Amino acid sequence: MTMMFYVALALLALAILCFLYRVVKGPTVADRVIALDAIGICLAGMVAVLSIVLETSVFLEIILLIGILAFLGTAAFAKFLQKGVVIERDGNH
Amino acid sequence: MLNWAIVSPLIAALFVPFLSKYVRSIHTGWFVLPIPVLLFSYFIQHLPLKPYGQTIPWIPSLGMDFQVYMDGLGLLFSLLITGIGSLVVLYSIYYLPKEKEKLGHFYVYLLLFMGAMLGVVLSDNAIVLYLFWELTSFSSFLLIGYWNERDRSRYGAQKSMLITVFGGLSLLGGFLLLSIMSGGTYSIRGWIDMAGAWPEHPLFLPAMLLILLGAFTKSAQFPFYIWLPDAMEAPTPVSAYLHSATMVKAGIYIVARFTPIFAVSPLWVWLVMGVGMATLCWASFHAARQTDLKGLLAYSTVSQLGLIMSLLGAGALAFHGDLSDRRLYTAAVIAAVFHLINHATFKGSLFMAAGIVDHETGTRDIRRLGGLLGIMPVTFTVAVIGSLSMAGIPPFNGFLSKEMFFAAMVQVANADWLSLEVWGALFPVLAWVGSVFTFLYSVLFVGKTFFGAPKPSAWPKQPHEAPAGMLVAPVVLAVLVIGFGLFPNVLSETVIAPAADAVVNGLLRGEGLSVHISHWHGWTTEVWMTIGVIAVGALLYKTFPSWKRVYGAFPEQLSLNRLYDASVRHMEEQSYRLTSAYMTGYVRTYFVYIFSAMMALLIATIALKVDWGLSFRHVAEVGVHELILVLAALAGTVTTVAAKSRLVAIIALGSVGYTVSLFFVLFRAPDLALTQLVIETISVSLFLLCFYHLPKLSRHEKGVRFRLGNAILSLGVGALVSVIALLAYSEKNFASIAQYHIENAYEKAAGKNIVNVILVDFRGFDTLFEICVLAIAALGIYALVKLKAPKGESGKYE
Repeated sequence: MTMMFYVALALLALAILCFLYRVVKGPTVADRVIALDAIGICLAGMVAVLSIVLETSVFLEIILLIGILAFLGTAAFAKFLQKGVVIERDGNH
Repeated sequence: MLNWAIVSPLIAALFVPFLSKYVRSIHTGWFVLPIPVLLFSYFIQHLPLKPYGQTIPWIPSLGMDFQVYMDGLGLLFSLLITGIGSLVVLYSIYYLPKEKEKLGHFYVYLLLFMGAMLGVVLSDNAIVLYLFWELTSFSSFLLIGYWNERDRSRYGAQKSMLITVFGGLSLLGGFLLLSIMSGGTYSIRGWIDMAGAWPEHPLFLPAMLLILLGAFTKSAQFPFYIWLPDAMEAPTPVSAYLHSATMVKAGIYIVARFTPIFAVSPLWVWLVMGVGMATLCWASFHAARQTDLKGLLAYSTVSQLGLIMSLLGAGALAFHGDLSDRRLYTAAVIAAVFHLINHATFKGSLFMAAGIVDHETGTRDIRRLGGLLGIMPVTFTVAVIGSLSMAGIPPFNGFLSKEMFFAAMVQVANADWLSLEVWGALFPVLAWVGSVFTFLYSVLFVGKTFFGAPKPSAWPKQPHEAPAGMLVAPVVLAVLVIGFGLFPNVLSETVIAPAADAVVNGLLRGEGLSVHISHWHGWTTEVWMTIGVIAVGALLYKTFPSWKRVYGAFPEQLSLNRLYDASVRHMEEQSYRLTSAYMTGYVRTYFVYIFSAMMALLIATIALKVDWGLSFRHVAEVGVHELILVLAALAGTVTTVAAKSRLVAIIALGSVGYTVSLFFVLFRAPDLALTQLVIETISVSLFLLCFYHLPKLSRHEKGVRFRLGNAILSLGVGALVSVIALLAYSEKNFASIAQYHIENAYEKAAGKNIVNVILVDFRGFDTLFEICVLAIAALGIYALVKLKAPKGESGKYE
């Protein structure tokens, strides 16, 4: 049974390495951003598997956090690529 | 009482500025005059001398007390300082006009100097002596630079400061060595009592050399005399007081004071005698070429100080040899003390005469002077008396001390130990040559100034005799010159005998020390030498214009002043070049220094101190997932370093950060993992922000330029830190204290999250100040963004 979790971990890690290759290679910034987003989700998966292996529930918050951060990061990046700024000045101040 | 006598001029100096500011109708000098007069009458009451000392505790725990001791030497110097001090103050009242000069400054400096000088000669505690010694250097600096709007004054003041403070510091070193040798005391009398066993001590020689260096620089001995001619930029009363009668004799005082300690060393005898003699010949030779009256007197002062110094060296021979030798060489000490007094009198009067000539004609250049004989008869008389005394002509006092000088040098030639049987004959010859030149420049001083044809066209002012008040002080000194010349024994028993006794430290106590002073008649070798001096000197004076160009033959490039100027300039240039060589202004250079130094120190420490016990006992098993994560982190790092564009580097750095958070998960640190994720996200966004705002110009993207040196350095640092980590991990000497936290987190602190309990409970203080750090960072960023220097004032904020 444990063996399966390790296999899952190894596969996830392999996936991260592949995504990393994409991060390094590019060729466009959008490729890299998507790869990073995917790495984040893979990380969340790895943390989940790891908490099963380590038989603990303290890492569940991390999974949620990775989900939020990956979304925020990708959204901010996308806005940056589109508009050149992340936070727009709306003229109220 | 004695302590108060020393500090009284310093206290009086506090009140001088008020007097000079609020009592403008009266010349400030009149208020100052009573102080040296009172002190002089106080000191003269000590005759006949009964040595006594007094101590006021200052820093008893360090052995530093205001400890004063009055013996013959101290009393002699005190009388000189206060006596000539009174005359100089009187002279300065007429010399410095009260409307034009900053009198408050002048008299504050002068009183500071007077108190400091009294402190030097009366202190028995070496550290207190050093304190006063530096105060004399400092006040002399202020007095030389009194006319501080003139370049030459500032140059002279700086030069004398550099040289005398250099000597003063080495004197301090010598004192400290002596204190080490004596086991912690600073009392000079204590040292003299202990000195018997010291010649074998390894610190004896360094202490001696350092103290001699201090004495030679202060007393303007060869080759340190160069500051004295430049100190002639000071007002003439200062030159008369400091640079002839008192301060330049502080070195003489030190040599005389330390003779009982060091005289047993042959090197001391040779150095003091040799340097003194070299100074005498060199300076008397150069004095004759001077065209400035004060320059001539400055070189003459240097040469006379050399004379006194060589006599003290000959006197040190009294500590060698047997009883009859002792008596013979003590005569040299008596001669030194006698000439010290004589020089103070005649040189003081000569300086004042030169000052009067300057004051009344407006020039001190002997090429423009001449024929003042009929115009200034009193000044002329004073100058003649002083010059003839300086030249060593009877019946003036200089004659007596010069005879004693010759006698002492002939005795040195007769000595047959300390290699004196070989070189001793040189001393009387050099002494005679020096005296011939002394005769020459003394005659030149009077001849060029007062004789010859008047040159009214060359005089800036129409000269006339000086006012009576200005003449009082030089006349008094000239009278003393004649008085001591005719009745030398007035001084012998009262002042000279106790002073000489202090120099030889009672070597001849009760064995007829006084005999030699009164014994000054008879057709001896020295009389013939004097006759020779007068004959040859007169011949040289007659033929002076025809051989004057000998001086031109001496290359100006090799003079000591050139050497001094060049070395000061070179030191500045070289240190500037050194600084600009390593202070490049680039942070990268400083990083190279920092990392290189770190590597050098750590490698040296490992090589010297650490025994190579790499062990892997404590190492845990390595899992596959850990290896994969390491590979991922490695890939991120390599990409960061090798990235061609900044964006790639930032993203790769982010991936490293996320991998690290995964490590935290793997190593069971949930709080760390949470924080790391959030912080990494924020810092990546901050990087992106910076990246976006880079200026257009430098935006062209280039890869990192490869530099071999940097590569080696960074590989080295990485390897080194890894090795240190491994070494440190191999030796786990203590069990961790973590067990306590695990057991007590819930029991004592009511928390199950141990990390958080540690952060806010067990070690909450750290957290407090990390919050503080974040607050400062936030405020700093806010200030940086919001506060902008208004246009045109940007320099204000740099």
